[in-house]
Amino acid sequence: MGHRVGMEVSIAVSHAVQLARAEAIAAYPITPQTHIVEHLSSLVANGELDAEFITVESEHSALSACIGTSAAGARTYTATSSQGLALMFEILFIASAMRFPIVMNVANRALSGPLNIWNDHSDIMAARDIGWIQIFVENGQEAFDHTIMAFKIAENHKVLLPTIVNLDGFILSHVVEALEILDQEAVDKFLPAYHPRYRLDPKEPVTMGAFAMPEMYTEVKMAHQVALTNAYDQIVKVWEEYAKLSGRQYQPVERYKTKGAKVLLLTMGSLSEVAEIAVDELREAGVPVGLVKLRLWRPFPFADLRAAVAGAELLIVCDRALSLGGAAGPVMAEVRSAFYPVASQPQILGYAIGLGGRDVSPQTFKEVVSQAQREAQQGPSQEFYLFGVRG
Amino acid sequence: MSKPMDQYTWQEIAIGGILIEPGSAREYRVGDWRSQHPVWTKSRCIRCGVCWTVCPEAAILEEPEGYFDMNPTYCKGCGTCARECVTGCISMIPEEE
Amino acid sequence: MEKFGTAQSQKFDTYASRLLPREEFFTSGHRACQGCGEALAVRWVCKAIGKDAVIANATGCMEIVSSGMPQTAWMHPWIHVAFENTAAVASGVEAGLKVLARKGKLSGPPPKVVAMGGDGGTTDIGLQALSGALERGHDFTYICLDNEAYMNTGIQRSSSTPYGAMTTTSPPGKMSIGQHTWKKDMIAIAVAHGVPYVATASPSYLFDLFFKVKKALQTPGPAYIHVLSVCPTGWRSAIDLSVRLGRLAVETGVFPLYEVVNGHYRLTVEVPKLRPVTHYMKPQGRFRHLRAPEIDFIQRQTTARYELLLQKCQAPYPEFPPLIHAEKAEEGEEGQ
Repeated sequence: MGHRVGMEVSIAVSHAVQLARAEAIAAYPITPQTHIVEHLSSLVANGELDAEFITVESEHSALSACIGTSAAGARTYTATSSQGLALMFEILFIASAMRFPIVMNVANRALSGPLNIWNDHSDIMAARDIGWIQIFVENGQEAFDHTIMAFKIAENHKVLLPTIVNLDGFILSHVVEALEILDQEAVDKFLPAYHPRYRLDPKEPVTMGAFAMPEMYTEVKMAHQVALTNAYDQIVKVWEEYAKLSGRQYQPVERYKTKGAKVLLLTMGSLSEVAEIAVDELREAGVPVGLVKLRLWRPFPFADLRAAVAGAELLIVCDRALSLGGAAGPVMAEVRSAFYPVASQPQILGYAIGLGGRDVSPQTFKEVVSQAQREAQQGPSQEFYLFGVRG
Repeated sequence: MSKPMDQYTWQEIAIGGILIEPGSAREYRVGDWRSQHPVWTKSRCIRCGVCWTVCPEAAILEEPEGYFDMNPTYCKGCGTCARECVTGCISMIPEEE
Repeated sequence: MEKFGTAQSQKFDTYASRLLPREEFFTSGHRACQGCGEALAVRWVCKAIGKDAVIANATGCMEIVSSGMPQTAWMHPWIHVAFENTAAVASGVEAGLKVLARKGKLSGPPPKVVAMGGDGGTTDIGLQALSGALERGHDFTYICLDNEAYMNTGIQRSSSTPYGAMTTTSPPGKMSIGQHTWKKDMIAIAVAHGVPYVATASPSYLFDLFFKVKKALQTPGPAYIHVLSVCPTGWRSAIDLSVRLGRLAVETGVFPLYEVVNGHYRLTVEVPKLRPVTHYMKPQGRFRHLRAPEIDFIQRQTTARYELLLQKCQAPYPEFPPLIHAEKAEEGEEGQ
């Protein structure tokens, strides 16, 4: 089925793209995604991947070219981070509205102002509304697995939506990990060839990207919203199918030691593994704490989240990004909103940690938990907490 | 055949807003815009076809004997054909109301 | 590539209209203004492209008038994404078709890829994508439909707006004569990228345009054609004058028709004696505010640039002997 190797996660991700038999790649280099595209370039150059690699002149053109290749009917992939994601901003909406099943890895990196190449989630959190399926991974194995699965999810005719697999920049992308690389045969069985619903073909001409007057825009958007919401079922199905193949079962919301937990932490991405250590240590010290890991970000798994948190008194949402001037923690804001219609809900506090790649250790989480418990008891003294800020 | 815009339900619109019927613009009668239309004086027409080439609307049709006439569904009355006619046999006549 | 030779327009072209294909690929029912020169250009470009092609189009006049849901005037497979990325989208379509053909997933050879954009989407906001696509050498044709301003959004200036022209963002006034920079030379930019076929064209010289488009499509690698599209609405000219103004632009030397084949310049419509530029500018309201000093400047510049073009056509070709490959030079030395 596969073989275990010690491999840099970026290289593993590029092998996932190779195994998925991607046909067209248009990408622009940006730290920390560079190793993915560099390795893909060399795979193409050595004839190990039969694909067209377009060395575009910007990320905006990268996603535009991806739309072109997808419209022609090719299996399409790209990767970016931070400023690159921000540069392709207007095209992100168009790619999903036009329903092209492009797969993109985002090696999460802080957005500029000031320039910072290290990991946080501000790049993807600024792109919540783009209408793509969005998934977070917490380690290299997951980055590999989810990149392969993303093609199957995106290209499903019931879905036909572009998909982002987020992996933390540097913390995951540049780390060597022991992981299992599946065999080509296993992936081929799992992931059949891409058959586009519509493509640019003179034998059956279609017009893609027509404009919509106010009389029609709402209806087109409704179709998109329904498609994205209903994609949940297909996503779960694909994850179950992959579990049979790999033995690794993924869920939209995963729980770690949440049984009997009065206090819950909520994390996304690689922070989850660090939080697990903190939860272990806190439990040993007698603190009834557990961890909820949010894997599926879009479509938002309302039911799974509400079920995972049921019974807790305090939910500490750990954001790795800020939504400045608003509710401050984007994940916290969405989680609170998810609980609004629910009769019984825990107290929900939001802590922003690890911005701009600042290190987060198990100790950080332990301090966050004790601080949050104090705040919850005394009544929250602030709207949001930027943990660890000096001054 | 397309419906008026405000009669489409969201389920009826093809995926991603794609339009699957090429040339469906032909359903729209842009000829209703014009305030003048071309008239050919057949005796002076040499059937060269220049008028047909310069019409931005492709609204000039060839008749069986090789003469040309406007297509009332699409002629916007711009007068380019009259201006470019080699013999000057086309006149622009105001639309009668 | 020599099949069509030099597309030199002569009187007989006028009478050969009937030899042109009848099938309409840019159908009636589009919402362009009456007398739109760009619609005429697109109508003929689409006919020259033929059935076996795919079009990527920029946001602009032609895109808006032809593709309002639920109707489309395009008979070709057509894609519009955004304003500034047409060349990038076309690059993607070309690469996608290439890989599919290689994998045997296409029934037949890949169709031609054509990118169309206005002067806004090409010379300004789209210049980066165009430069990238030309540099990477994709096998596609880029056709710029130049109506000399951002017409669709209400006649704002672009870098293709001619000197002295009135637009809403280069209006004449106490402190301004209108557009104060000269039209950006897109042909030179394309030639600088080493594009094998670059040409100017005009729907007023229909056969010239038709054969240039065919030649561009048949040229392997990128090709760039710059088409002057008269806009009566933006240029403030009479709606029946679009073809005449296009002809005057050529006869006054304002928009010479030429092609550059592998760096070799060649006029395709020769004008033995240039008319004064005022013949071209008078019917257009956008130049009405210009006084003698500006008109004189325009005349001198136009004449000078035309002479320069004639010199380029005369220039020895190739200008420098081609670089000898390193290995060949070594072989030569060993042979001695």
